[in-house]
Amino acid sequence: MGPRMKLVAAGLFGATIGAAAVYLNASNRGSQAYAQAAPAHHLPPARDGGVVVQLCDGVTSTEVKGLKPGEQMSHAQALAVTGKLMDEWQRKHPGKHWVMAQAETGAAPHASASPAANPAGSSSIAGPGAAAAAPLKSQQGDTYASFHDRDYMIWQAQTDAFVAYGDKVFHSTKLLGSTIGVSCDMCHPNAANTHPETYPKYQVQLQRVALLRDMIDWCIENPVKGKTLAPDDPRLRALEAYILAQRKGVPLAYGKH
Amino acid sequence: MAARHKSVETKYYEDRDRLLKALRNCDRRTFLKISAATMGAIMARGLIPPHTFQLVEVANAAVQKGWDSTGASGSAPFRFAYISDSHLYERTLNQRFVRSIVKAVDDVNALDPQPDFVLYGGDLAQLGEPSQLEMGRQILSALKAPVKMMVGEHDWFLDLGEKWQEMFGPPTYSFDWKGVHVVVLQSVYEKDFWTARKMTPMERMQTVAGLDNGIQSRFEVGEQQREWLKHDLAKYPATTPILVFSHSPLYKYYRNWNFWTEDAEQVQAILRPYHKVTVIHGHTHQMLLNQIGNISFYGLLSTAWPWPYAPEGLPKLTVQMNRADPFDQLDGCGDGQFTARTDGLVDTVYNLWDRNPVTVKANYLVSRGKVDRPPAPQFASY
Repeated sequence: MGPRMKLVAAGLFGATIGAAAVYLNASNRGSQAYAQAAPAHHLPPARDGGVVVQLCDGVTSTEVKGLKPGEQMSHAQALAVTGKLMDEWQRKHPGKHWVMAQAETGAAPHASASPAANPAGSSSIAGPGAAAAAPLKSQQGDTYASFHDRDYMIWQAQTDAFVAYGDKVFHSTKLLGSTIGVSCDMCHPNAANTHPETYPKYQVQLQRVALLRDMIDWCIENPVKGKTLAPDDPRLRALEAYILAQRKGVPLAYGKH
Repeated sequence: MAARHKSVETKYYEDRDRLLKALRNCDRRTFLKISAATMGAIMARGLIPPHTFQLVEVANAAVQKGWDSTGASGSAPFRFAYISDSHLYERTLNQRFVRSIVKAVDDVNALDPQPDFVLYGGDLAQLGEPSQLEMGRQILSALKAPVKMMVGEHDWFLDLGEKWQEMFGPPTYSFDWKGVHVVVLQSVYEKDFWTARKMTPMERMQTVAGLDNGIQSRFEVGEQQREWLKHDLAKYPATTPILVFSHSPLYKYYRNWNFWTEDAEQVQAILRPYHKVTVIHGHTHQMLLNQIGNISFYGLLSTAWPWPYAPEGLPKLTVQMNRADPFDQLDGCGDGQFTARTDGLVDTVYNLWDRNPVTVKANYLVSRGKVDRPPAPQFASY
């Protein structure tokens, strides 16, 4: 990887971190976002018949003239395009120093690989105390093993924000759509007595094998007297997430009555 | 045949023999006490002596146990019913809770003989709105027996008890009933958590209404009321049976859900000198039993919905009720009765709707679980 490419990669990485930091700070806004469709960046329309490429900040974009939609760029062309985007970003954010995270954190790729998986030794994997300057290579160049602690932190924060939204719905007669002022926490404080680990099980009253989401929907329809939620409704998914999160560490026991 | 069906004459002679045997063991002083107590009991019943030996036996038992009767009439067993935790919304919003409290009123009105009075265990309204309290009072006015009101946090925190007190009077009071001293407490005071957060009255009420948010303060009786309790009890000898009606449990069960009274130890200390104390509390919406020192604790059922048992802190003596069936709206809910016995202890019947009623005798609590254990659940909480 050339130095320029590294700069671009690090810059993109830094921009992602920056965007994620803003996202995390406004956790309330973040949870509101789950109430609508997943966020999407909207590309400006192409003016010269080429392909518009946009940076992950959702704002900086450039048009690659002469490129047809679906056509692949050459490596050099790609470098030029991404370089242009980064220059534009840097121009907008003067004096911003971003960290080449993969090199400077010095963290080894996530230690999920067992010693048996790399019989050749760890010559290609830098340990935690490795010199900062040495660029880290994952063992086999796979994407998954290239993630680092910072990524896991971001993912956990995202999950916790989603669970927090589920918590909000769980306690809100309005968000549940209750027509009689009943919310889930009235019978299930802290999601007690929900037993998500016991699904799937045959629920004789429903005359079929029920999953957790079936019981959630049934409860919303009956004790809560709201309208059942569609399977992809963010509220239903968030409720499921919240309930499961409250039972961390409880062994799975499907079929238990 | 002879063992099962005793003739009136046989029973008479058996009573007589039992009585004479007991009397043989008493000295002159005790004999005089028994006579006086018997006379008192007979006069209270409006009977012309001699009627039956049982009155003397009862009076003898009372005196032998060192229990001095308060007043001339002495004490007799009595029954009272309860309805609790109805959490009423406006009828236009929620009819289910209304139907439940009406069902409880029908249950109590159908009791024969009628109880001496009906305890209302608190949380009549869900959000403390005047309309909700008014509707609750209207429904309870259909009860034939007199009602003794108790306040819960859902009644109180919208306007800090203004409307409730206007309708029902002081939340803290006491009265004597057939030799038992009854105290009704306001045990859901909370230290101010709303002013700093600039909450509106409804926001404060909604916060208190949520069981599992950590924002509200823990319930307490408070120093002022503890002083009142001390002075109120001071007039009564330690042998007087004491009955305490409280919304919060007056012990510490589960802090996160405010199944808790912050100054429980101090209240229990004030009650400690008395030989027979029973605390009857609402708020927990489940069959709940406990014994701490000299105090027996009974939790009341709710008419509106059942709470699950807390993940920790459950008193050892509690025999759980089966997990509530969500497919049955009334399951886990109900009302009940208490019998204040001649010996000053209290038994209860949990009238669980759609289930068999459960009787719990004071013997079970006082013996720390050795006798009269209530039936075990098939589906405990986990």
